[in-house]
Amino acid sequence: MSATEKTFAPQIVAFCCRHCAYSAADLAGSARMSYSPSIKIVEMPCTGRANVVEILHALEKGADGVAVAGCLPGTCHYIKGNTLAKHRIDHVTELLKTIGLEQQRARMINVSAAMGAQFVAEFTNFVDTIKTLGPSPLSGETSNTRVGSQS
Amino acid sequence: MNTMKFPAFTMPENSYRLPIAERCDSNLARVLASGQFVVTGEIGPPKGYDPEVVRSKARLLLGCVDAANVTDNQAAVVRMSSIAAGQIMMEEGLEPIIQMTCRDRNRLAMQADLLGAYALGMRNLLCLSGDHQSCGNHPGAKNVHDIDSMQFLRMMKEMRDENRFQCGEEIQGGGPRFLIGGAANPFADPAEWRPYRLAKKAIAGADFVQTQLVYDMQRFREYMKRVVDMGVAEQLKIIVGVGPLKSAGMARVMRDRIPGMSVPDAIIDRMAGAVEGIDTDNKHERAAAWQAEGIKICIEQVLEIREIEGVVGVHIMGIEWEEVIRPIAQGAGLLPRPIIEA
Amino acid sequence: MIVAEQKPLNEIKSMLKGCKKVLAVGCGTCVTVCFAGGKQEVGILSASLRMSTDLDGEAVNIDETMVQRQCEKEYNAPLEADLEQYDAILSLGCGVGVQSLAQQFPGKRILPALNTKFMGYPAEHGVWEERCQGCGNCVLHITGGICPVSRCPKSLFNGPCGGSQSGICEVDEETECAWHRICENQLNLGLFDEMMEIQPAKDWSSARDGGHRRIVREDVRIPHDGKA
Repeated sequence: MSATEKTFAPQIVAFCCRHCAYSAADLAGSARMSYSPSIKIVEMPCTGRANVVEILHALEKGADGVAVAGCLPGTCHYIKGNTLAKHRIDHVTELLKTIGLEQQRARMINVSAAMGAQFVAEFTNFVDTIKTLGPSPLSGETSNTRVGSQS
Repeated sequence: MNTMKFPAFTMPENSYRLPIAERCDSNLARVLASGQFVVTGEIGPPKGYDPEVVRSKARLLLGCVDAANVTDNQAAVVRMSSIAAGQIMMEEGLEPIIQMTCRDRNRLAMQADLLGAYALGMRNLLCLSGDHQSCGNHPGAKNVHDIDSMQFLRMMKEMRDENRFQCGEEIQGGGPRFLIGGAANPFADPAEWRPYRLAKKAIAGADFVQTQLVYDMQRFREYMKRVVDMGVAEQLKIIVGVGPLKSAGMARVMRDRIPGMSVPDAIIDRMAGAVEGIDTDNKHERAAAWQAEGIKICIEQVLEIREIEGVVGVHIMGIEWEEVIRPIAQGAGLLPRPIIEA
Repeated sequence: MIVAEQKPLNEIKSMLKGCKKVLAVGCGTCVTVCFAGGKQEVGILSASLRMSTDLDGEAVNIDETMVQRQCEKEYNAPLEADLEQYDAILSLGCGVGVQSLAQQFPGKRILPALNTKFMGYPAEHGVWEERCQGCGNCVLHITGGICPVSRCPKSLFNGPCGGSQSGICEVDEETECAWHRICENQLNLGLFDEMMEIQPAKDWSSARDGGHRRIVREDVRIPHDGKA
C-alpha cells in the first residue's frame, strides 16, 4: 500500500435502521471497537425509509460510498423494509453503471442489534473497498486531498 | 387451460353456390370439379431476383401436381413476390396458386395486385393472415393487417360473384374469377374452435382450403369427423398438407418448437431408427437414410389420408426440397396427373 | 391511463449537449402513476444526469419542478416566469405533455425524457399492459370485453389465427392469445352468433389512419360573447 492510499479516508454515508444497525453501532462503540470515523451515520426508523433519490444525492454531493444498513433478512421490525431497501440498492447500483460511477460505491449491509463486531467488520470491509476505488470523482478530491485520521 | 364448450353447429344452407368449375376456369378448379383426388405442391421463391431459381423449381413439379403454391414472404422473410414468381411458373407451364398475406398489404394494394395477377393469367389464390413480422428478417416493419384472412376471403368472393370492389363500387368489365383458397391449422388452439373456424372460412367465401402439415393421423381423423358432421366438407374442398421429414432432429424440432404442429412419437422413433447401424460420422449416408424414411412415411400418410371422409386431395410440401414432390406423388400412385380439357 | 417509460440515460444525455442549465419538469398525473415522470423520477433522473454530465466533464445544471398535469396550460403557466435562465426544458410528461409545453413556450426547446407507449392497464404493481390504441370505433361488446385491435398483434377480427397455441400468441411466449380469451368470453356470455358472424373489414378512418383527429363538443364549449 502506498503512502497516499494510507491517508485517504473515505467519506461514507451510512443509512442505518434504528432497531438493528444503529444499535449494533452503539454496541461497537460501548465495546470500544474502533472503525473509521469518517462514516457518517444517518439514523432512520427502518431501511425501508431509504429511497433512491437520497442515496443518489449523497453520492452527488461527494460521498465516496453509501451504505444502507438494516436488520438480517427475515427479521426486519417492519416486516420487509430491509427487503425493499435491498431492492433499491440493487437499482442504485444499476443506475451507477449508466451514470459512470463504480457500482461498488453503494452497498446493502445486514446485521442484528447484537452484532457489534460484525458491524465493524462489514464497514471496515466497505471502507477498504472504497479505498481501493479511490475518492469519488464527484468529490473533487484526490487521494492526497481526501485525508483524515488513520482508520 | 379449460376446454371450451362450443354449441352444436351445422353449416347454413348456401343458396348461392355455383358449381366449382363455373367459379373459375383454372386447372385446379377442373380437377376439383371432376371429383378426382387433387395434388398440389409448393414452391418457395428465391431471396433474390433470379428467375432461373423459380424456373428450375417449376420444372421439378411439372407433371406431378395439378397446381403449385408459391409463397408470399413466408415466415416474414423477404423473397421475390408471389405474383412475379407465379408469372415465371406459368411461362414454364406450371399452374400457380398465388399466396397473399394480410400482413404486408392494405385492401387497395391487395385488390390492385390481384387484378394485375388475373390479367397476367393467374387463377388460384390462397388468402392468408401471414406470420407476424417479428419472426422474420424485418422485425421493425409496420405491419398492415388492414383486413384479416376472413375478410379477405369475403372480399374476393364479392369481387368475383358480385363484381364489386371492397368499397362497393362496380368493377368495370366484371370481377376477377379466382378460385379462392384459405389455410387451416387443425392442430392449433383452441382445438375445439378449429372446425368452427373452417366453417367460418367456407361461409366467408373459401372454395378450398389447404391444411398445415399433418403427421398425427389420429387427431386429424377426429378433426375431420367434426368437420364432416358440421356439413363443412360439402361446401368446402379440403386439401391436406403433407411433407417428408428430413431427419430425426427435424421431427423433434417440429414437435417441440413449432406451434400448432403435432408429431407423434411413433414417427420420431421411425426416423431415429432409420439411421441405426450407420456410423455417426457418415453424414451422407445418414442423411440419405433419413430422407428415404421420411419419404416412405409421407407416402404412407398420403395413402391413409386419401381414405378419410371429406378429404379431396393432398398438398405436398418439400421445404427447400422441391425435388421430393415427384417421388412422393409417384410412390403414392398419384401420377400421371389428369389432363382435363377446358 | 397513458403509460410511458423513461428513455435510456445516454439518449437523454445526448439531447442535453450544448445545454448548461435545464429545467426538468415532471407531471403529477398518468406518468406519476406509472412511475415514469413523477416527483421521485424527476429527482432520480436529474441527480443521475447531473452526476453523469459532471463525470463527462460537461456538467449540466438541472433544476427540478413538478406540475399537476402537463397537458393543461393552466398548470404550466406558472413556469413561464423563470424560463429565461434555462437552455431547454426536459419534460418527463407523456407525448401530450411535451407538445403542450412546446406549444405554450415557443422558442424554448422542449426535450422528451420519456417514450410514451400505450393506453394501458396496471396488471400488478410495476407491470402495465397495453389495452387500447384509440381506434375510434369500439367493438368490445362483440368481443366479450377484450380488444382485438390492441391485444392481437395482427388485429384480427374473426377468431384466432393458426399461430395460437395453448392460449399463447405466436409472437411471444409471454403474450396471451387475445382471441383465445375472446372465444372463452364469447362462449360464457352467449355471444356464439357474434363469433360465427363474418365481422366486416374495419373502417380505419376513425383511427390514426384517417388523419389527425379532433373532437369538438359544441354542447360543452363556452359560447363566445360576440367580442373579438
